[in-house]
Amino acid sequence: MGDVQIKESAEQYDVLIVGSGAGGGMAGYVLANAGIKVLMLEAGPFFDPVKQSQQLKWPYESPRRGAGTTRAFGDFDAAYGGWQIEGEPYTTKDKTEFQWFRSRMLGGKTNHWGRISLRMGPLDFQPTDGLSDPWPITYEELKPFYDKVDRMIGVYGTNEGLENDPDGIFLAPPKPRLNEIFIKNGAAKAGVKVIAGRGSVLTEELPGNKDRGACFYCGQCGRSCKVYGDFSASSCLVIPAIKTGNLKVITNAMVRQVLTDKEGKATGVSYVDKTDGQEYQLKAKVVVLGASACESARILLNSATAQHTGGLANASGVVGKYLHDSTGASLGGFLPQLMDRKRYNEDGVGSVHIYSPWWLDNKKLDFPRGYHIEYGGGMHMPSYGFGGGIAKMNGAVPGRDGQTKPGGGFGASLKDDYRRFYGTQVGMAGRGTALARKENFCEIDPNVVDKFGIPVLRFNYTWSNEEIKQAKHMIDTFQEIMHQMGAVITSTIQGPETNYGLEAPGRIIHEVGTVRMGNDPKTSALNKWCQAHDCKNLFVVDAAPFVQQGDKNATWTILALSMRTAEYILDQRKKQNI
Amino acid sequence: MNRRQSIKALSVTALSAGLLLDACKTDTSKNTSEVDHTNLEYAAGLQDFEKERLEKLYAQPNFFNEHERNTLVILGDLIIPADAVSGSASDAKVIDFIEFIVKDIPDHQVPLRGGLKWLDMQCFSLYGKSFSGCSKDQQVEMLELIAYPGKTKPEFHQGEEFFNRVRNLVATGFYTSKVGIKDLGYVGNTPNKWKGVPAEVLQQYNLKDE
Ligand SMILES: Cc1cc2nc3c(=O)[nH]c(=O)nc-3n(C[C@H](O)[C@H](O)[C@H](O)COP(=O)(O)OP(=O)(O)OC[C@H]3O[C@@H](n4cnc5c(N)ncnc54)[C@H](O)[C@@H]3O)c2cc1C
Ligand code: SF4
Repeated sequence: MGDVQIKESAEQYDVLIVGSGAGGGMAGYVLANAGIKVLMLEAGPFFDPVKQSQQLKWPYESPRRGAGTTRAFGDFDAAYGGWQIEGEPYTTKDKTEFQWFRSRMLGGKTNHWGRISLRMGPLDFQPTDGLSDPWPITYEELKPFYDKVDRMIGVYGTNEGLENDPDGIFLAPPKPRLNEIFIKNGAAKAGVKVIAGRGSVLTEELPGNKDRGACFYCGQCGRSCKVYGDFSASSCLVIPAIKTGNLKVITNAMVRQVLTDKEGKATGVSYVDKTDGQEYQLKAKVVVLGASACESARILLNSATAQHTGGLANASGVVGKYLHDSTGASLGGFLPQLMDRKRYNEDGVGSVHIYSPWWLDNKKLDFPRGYHIEYGGGMHMPSYGFGGGIAKMNGAVPGRDGQTKPGGGFGASLKDDYRRFYGTQVGMAGRGTALARKENFCEIDPNVVDKFGIPVLRFNYTWSNEEIKQAKHMIDTFQEIMHQMGAVITSTIQGPETNYGLEAPGRIIHEVGTVRMGNDPKTSALNKWCQAHDCKNLFVVDAAPFVQQGDKNATWTILALSMRTAEYILDQRKKQNI
Repeated sequence: MNRRQSIKALSVTALSAGLLLDACKTDTSKNTSEVDHTNLEYAAGLQDFEKERLEKLYAQPNFFNEHERNTLVILGDLIIPADAVSGSASDAKVIDFIEFIVKDIPDHQVPLRGGLKWLDMQCFSLYGKSFSGCSKDQQVEMLELIAYPGKTKPEFHQGEEFFNRVRNLVATGFYTSKVGIKDLGYVGNTPNKWKGVPAEVLQQYNLKDE
C-alpha cells in the first residue's frame, strides 16, 4: 500500500448535504428547486424503486421464501443494511442495550419505512408534564411546513379535531379490512378510540404531480413502490431534485468528518469513496448533516479540532446525549369468528388502515405522556414463517366436530386447520413517548474504529420506570381489546421480569434527540433553525435536533423541520449571513 | 412481462398502469449475468453481496444425505398429505426449500440432523427399524408421541422440539409455493382497487364499515 493521498477538489459547492434520507432528501429537494448548486453525499448505493424494488414478487421467487437472512425485514424488503453492517460495528457501554438500524442506500430508511405519517401536537412541542423539556418552537410555528409537506408528498387520513393529534391536508384513507372492523368495535368497548390511519400513500392521484402514480393496493410499501405511490425520499425527493439539474449525488461516499477553518467555520467534508477506497475532501459554503440522528452525532463528535474541542457544534457537551427511541410493546392473537372466512383480495395499502391516537388523561395515570396503537392482521401473502403459530391456535378452539383437540398435530386435519385459520390473526403494537434523558447517549468509543478507520459509536441506554409503566399499560390495554373483540391471545403475556415486553432501546427505529436544538447555547447544540450555535454555516436536518419526541413516529416532523431549515438557509444566503 | 394483461384488466389509474409497465420493462440481464442458476427476476434487485452469497450457497453440495432427505420427504408428506384441495408437500417440492434454507440459515442444521437421528434411534428401539423403514402405521404412531406441544411426555421433549421445527419448515415450504398459495386461496399480489370489505362479507358478520 502506498502513502495516504487525499484528493481535494477545487470546486466549492453552495451547499453540501450528508445523507439522502427523509432529512437530507427534503433539504436537497428544496434547495435544488430554488436554483442552488447542491452536492449530496450518500454512504450507500443508488436506489430507484422503479428498477430495484422487489414489489409484486411471489414468495417462491425467493429460494429462502422471504426469510430475513440478508435483509432484516425479509428478502423482499427494500432496506439495504440492517441491525448489523459488516465492517461497521457499534458498541454498548456497561452492558446496557441499544440496537441501531441503518439503511445504506439512496433514500435511507424511507424506502421501507411504515409510511405512518403523524404530526406532533402542540403539547408535544410544549409539554406540560413537568418532566420533559419544551422545544424552542411551537406547533403553530411548524404547522405551515407540515401543511406544505402534506400537499407536496401526500398523506391520507381523517380530520378529527383532536387537541394533540393535529389534522392535516388529507387524501381519502383506505377503508378498514375485516379484522380491523372487529378491532375497532372491540377497542370501542374497551374505551379506546380507533380512527383512520394516516399514511403517506397516494390513495388518489396527487394533484399537480405527473411523476407519481396512485396506489394500486398491493400492500407492499415496505418493498418501495415502483410507481412512486408511496413516499420514499429516493423516488419523491432526491431523484426529482437530481432532475432539476441542480443536485448532484455521490453515492458510496462515507463521510468521515466536517472540515473547519481557523475561525471554526465549516469549509466542507472529508469522505472515503467505498468503491476505490480513496480519501476525498470537498469544499462547500454551507454543510448540512442528514445522516440520521446517531450518525450525524457521530460525524460531529469525530470532527473535533482545537477550535471545537469535544466535537463540532458541541460547546454545550450535549451532542450524543438525550438519545431516545419510542417505547414499544405488542400482542398477537386470532379471531375464532373469522375461521373459514371468505377469500378476496384485502392487501390494501402497505401502511396502517386504522390506528388509535393517545386517548387518556395522564392525571389519572402513573406515567407521563402516552402512546398510540398500530393494528394489523388479515389474509396476507404467505412468507417464510407461515403457519408458525398453528400449535397455539388449533388447540385453542373446537374443531369441525365440536371437539377441542391438542394443538399442533400433522396430516389431513392439520392441513385443514392451516386453511381454516388463515386470515384470522390480529396484532397490535404500542408506540409511545420515551423521555429524553441526558443519561441515555451515544459517544465515540475510544477503542474501536470501523473498516474505514472512522471511530465508532458506543451506546448507553436504559429504560426508566416511566417507560416500563407505560409498557405495562399497553399490555393491559391490548388484553382488554383482544378480550372485547372475542379474540384468543396467542402471545405470551409479559410481566415485570421482561419489563412487560418493552422492546429493547433502538428496536422501534425512531431514534432521535442526539444533537438537540434550543435557545440556550449552554444546553443545546443547535438554535431553533437547526443551525449550530457555534458554527453558523452548519445545519442538521434529520431527527437529531428533536428535543423530545411525542408518541408520534418521527418522519413527518423530520420532513417539516428539514423543509423549514432549508428555507431558512435560502433566506440567510440572500441576506449574506452565511 | 405477463403482468401487462392483469394490469389492463383491473381498474388501476392510467398513470399508475403506465408507470408500472415501464417498471416491468427494465432490462435485468446485465445485473444477473453472474447468477445463472438463480431466478433472473428475483436476482434483479439484489445487492452484489446477496448475489455472491446465493452463488456460494448454490455451489455447496447437499447438506442432507440420501437417507436424511428421504426421511424428510416422508415427514413432509405425513405433515401435509394430498387431499381433495391440493397436492402434498412433496408435490410442492418442499424438500428443495428445506435443503436450501439449512444452508442459508445454518442454525437449522444441528437440530435437524440431530433430530432425524433421534427419530431413527427412537424408532429403532420401538420397532427395530429406522423411521423410513417403519410401516406407515408405525410412523404415525411415532409422530403421535411428539406432535402435540404441551402434551408430550418428558422423555420425548427433544422429539417435540424437532417436530415443531419440521412442521414449521414444511408449512413455509408448502404455503409459499404455487400449490400452497392456491390452496390457501390467497388472491392478492396484483394491482387492484381496495374498496373495503365486500358487502356480502359485512352482512355475514353483521358489521358496518363506517
Ligand atoms: C422498518 C421501519 C419502519 C419505520 N416506520 C416508520 C413509520 O411508519 N413512520 C415514521 O415516521 N417513521 C418510521 N420509521 C423511521 C424512519 O424510517 C426514519 O425516521 C427516517 O427514515 C429518518 O430519516 P433520516 O433522514 O433521519 O435518516 P435515514 O432515512 O436513515 O437516512 C440517512 C441516510 O444517510 C446516509 N448516511 C449515514 N451515514 C453517512 C455518512 N457517514 N456519510 C454519508 N451518508 C451517510 C445513510 O446511508 C442514509 O441513506 C421506520 C423505520 C424502519 C426501519
Ligand atoms: S400499497 Fe400502494 S403505494 Fe404501497 S407499494 Fe403497493 S401500490 Fe405502491
